Amino acid sequence: MGNEILEQHIQSDYKWGFITDIDTETFAPGLNENVIHALSKKKNEPEWMLEYRLKAYKAWLTMKEPDHWAHVHYPKIDFNNISYYSAPKKKTELASLDEVDPELLKTFEKLGISLEEQKRLTGVSSNIAVDAVFDSVSVKTTFRETLLEKGVIFCSFSEAVQEHPELIKKYMGMVVPPTDNYYAALNAAVFSDGSFCYIPKGVRCPMELSTYFRINASGTGQFERTLIVADEGSYVSYLEGCTAPQRDENQLHAAVVEIIAHKDAEVKYSTVQNWYPGDKDGKGGIYNFVTKRGICSGDNSKISWTQVETGSAITWKYPSVILKGNNSIGEFYSVAVTNNKQEADTGTKMIHIGKNTRSTIISKGISAGFSNNSYRGLVQIRKGATNARNFSQCDSLLMGDKCGAHTFPYIEIKDKTAIVEHEATTSKIGEDQLFYCKQRGLDTEKAVGLIVNGYCKEVLNKLPMEFAVEAQKLLAVSLEGSVG
Amino acid sequence: MITIKNLHASVDGKEILRGINLEVKAGEIHAIMGPNGSGKSTLSNVLAGKQDYEVTEGEVTFNGKNLLDMEPDVRAKEGLFLAFQYPVEIPGVSNINFLKTALNEKRTYEGKSSMEAKDFLALVKEKQKLVELDGKLANRSVNEGFSGGEKKRNEIFQMAMLDPKLCILDETDSGLDIDALRVVANGVNTLKTKDKAYIVITHYQRLLDHIVPDFVHILYNGRIVKSGTKELALELEAKGYDEIKKEFENTPV
Ligand SMILES: Nc1ncnc2c1ncn2[C@@H]1O[C@H](COP(=O)(O)OP(=O)(O)O)[C@@H](O)[C@H]1O
Ligand SMILES: [Mg+2]
Repeated sequence: MGNEILEQHIQSDYKWGFITDIDTETFAPGLNENVIHALSKKKNEPEWMLEYRLKAYKAWLTMKEPDHWAHVHYPKIDFNNISYYSAPKKKTELASLDEVDPELLKTFEKLGISLEEQKRLTGVSSNIAVDAVFDSVSVKTTFRETLLEKGVIFCSFSEAVQEHPELIKKYMGMVVPPTDNYYAALNAAVFSDGSFCYIPKGVRCPMELSTYFRINASGTGQFERTLIVADEGSYVSYLEGCTAPQRDENQLHAAVVEIIAHKDAEVKYSTVQNWYPGDKDGKGGIYNFVTKRGICSGDNSKISWTQVETGSAITWKYPSVILKGNNSIGEFYSVAVTNNKQEADTGTKMIHIGKNTRSTIISKGISAGFSNNSYRGLVQIRKGATNARNFSQCDSLLMGDKCGAHTFPYIEIKDKTAIVEHEATTSKIGEDQLFYCKQRGLDTEKAVGLIVNGYCKEVLNKLPMEFAVEAQKLLAVSLEGSVG
Repeated sequence: MITIKNLHASVDGKEILRGINLEVKAGEIHAIMGPNGSGKSTLSNVLAGKQDYEVTEGEVTFNGKNLLDMEPDVRAKEGLFLAFQYPVEIPGVSNINFLKTALNEKRTYEGKSSMEAKDFLALVKEKQKLVELDGKLANRSVNEGFSGGEKKRNEIFQMAMLDPKLCILDETDSGLDIDALRVVANGVNTLKTKDKAYIVITHYQRLLDHIVPDFVHILYNGRIVKSGTKELALELEAKGYDEIKKEFENTPV
């Protein structure tokens, strides 16, 4: 009886579902070598980049689509039914923000990212630099000059290929090789744009770097690539946000993110993933198949992934850390929310190679509606990784009794000195908790928001301040209507 | 303050409240006593608006309004407070944040602006002292890892903070040692004013030594079978519940 209120599901509105009406140049659907040639030409790429793509494409052709080992269900994707390039039309290279199509500026304005404001703030103290990516291209990167004064390179991936080929050649594919997996290979062949950042030796990046990804065109895929290199003793905090229009079709998003942390460097990577999740019957939504991996290549380095995943019809991602340097630290803090018919299979891999390496995994899954939410994680302690430590905690929260929560922890220990701890809990959002809150004057939405935010607190605390506030609101919105 | 007329309520089709009549006026303290399973918590849950219970008959007027028509949070904002027999834990939500949210929800409902942080903290300090609640508990997650006694004291602390009109205390005394009992009673007595009312639910007479009721009602099998003044509680204590059971178990429904 008490479950009745949990069974009333109303559709929550996806506020970011609007479509920008803008002139675009979009390739006809289909994937073959000619498309890759055309794509590379469009981007005016050097020969070596084209070759990289073609090699990846050939490898991809020999690979098989993942055999649904992940706990997700979707029809076979027709890769020839996807367009691999779509960009707003522009006449010439943009010299300043004034030349950006006002429709685009408005789009980002609506999404809460004011590029205009960023322009006004130039020179004044601001704490976030933004790279705005619209479909296949980067629209504008703010604060480039300010950052450059410190030697920090922050630009779109396409620009980096032109302007910093030596860095791209050296690091691209270092952590996620083109043949790593099916979707990483596809990405290496057809990647569109993304962000590149390089923090030089000993520099603490003076502001948060952030990329905002927006899918707009229909029938396209988004294949962005992000590469972050933190040189010795440097520090950077990087944020990633994403949204897409509300459409009945499914759209593929297959990104690759690589992080390299040299000796004594630290990279904090935070994501708030809010791609369109589809409607309440599971129609439409983004397939989010992403490979994110970092390497702590030097001693005493640290990579920390924090993610709040609320969007996408299907999410399939495992931000991982290779702990190669001695005393290096890997962290994974995750909140994954699934509602209605969403499916998420997410987690991490912590590969301990160096001595005294430490990793922490905190995963909070929240399932509502008819959704499925799985944690899948690997902790691997290689031989010679003496005194490696791992602590994992995987909690699942169920809202209602039509949804599923699953935990698949894999632990491989090849060194006797390792200490690995794993804790897991599954709980139901309590009618009693809700009633308690209501009895103190909180309405249902407020009560759910409070309980869920409390449940995710350890993870939300890891986000940069302004992002945390956004994330809290997003959690509440994503679960809107999941309790009557 | 509150008028309950012929209230029937059932859970899973089983009737638990079988025609409750009760009138509580501002300034009064009513004690409800009765053996385990007689429906005391059910009555308080029904008044607070818990979903599981279906009201099949009767009406409840709260300060002139139809209580049963209101959502649970509206009842709270209208000034009804229930100190739970088993307060729940809410991990990750600090007691302070919880109270601030609750207090501001109520103020918004009353058309007032949110409370200034400074004033709020001053209020917290004052009320904490009243129930001798350890300051550290205010920053811990709501009821998480609290001892039984701390949970009950926290209920009274919340009650003091929210300043309700009608307070229902559901066995707040159970699980309390004598000192804690004194503290809770002292809190209630200090908060008592002529425009507030209390319904004190208890199994034992001992709480009523500290909180002196104007009226005592005996609830048995979902009905108030006997009402009187504080002497009734003493009589009940002397005779025990068996006497009551014998007397009333065969009363026709
Ligand atoms: N949520 C519920 N579901 C099923 N039965 C219930 C529920 N709440 C109370 N009851 C039943 O109602 C009767 C009265 O319980 P309760 O109101 O808790 O009594 P008291 O508080 O006087 O001990 C008991 O038989 C109890 O088992
Ligand atoms: Mg009870």
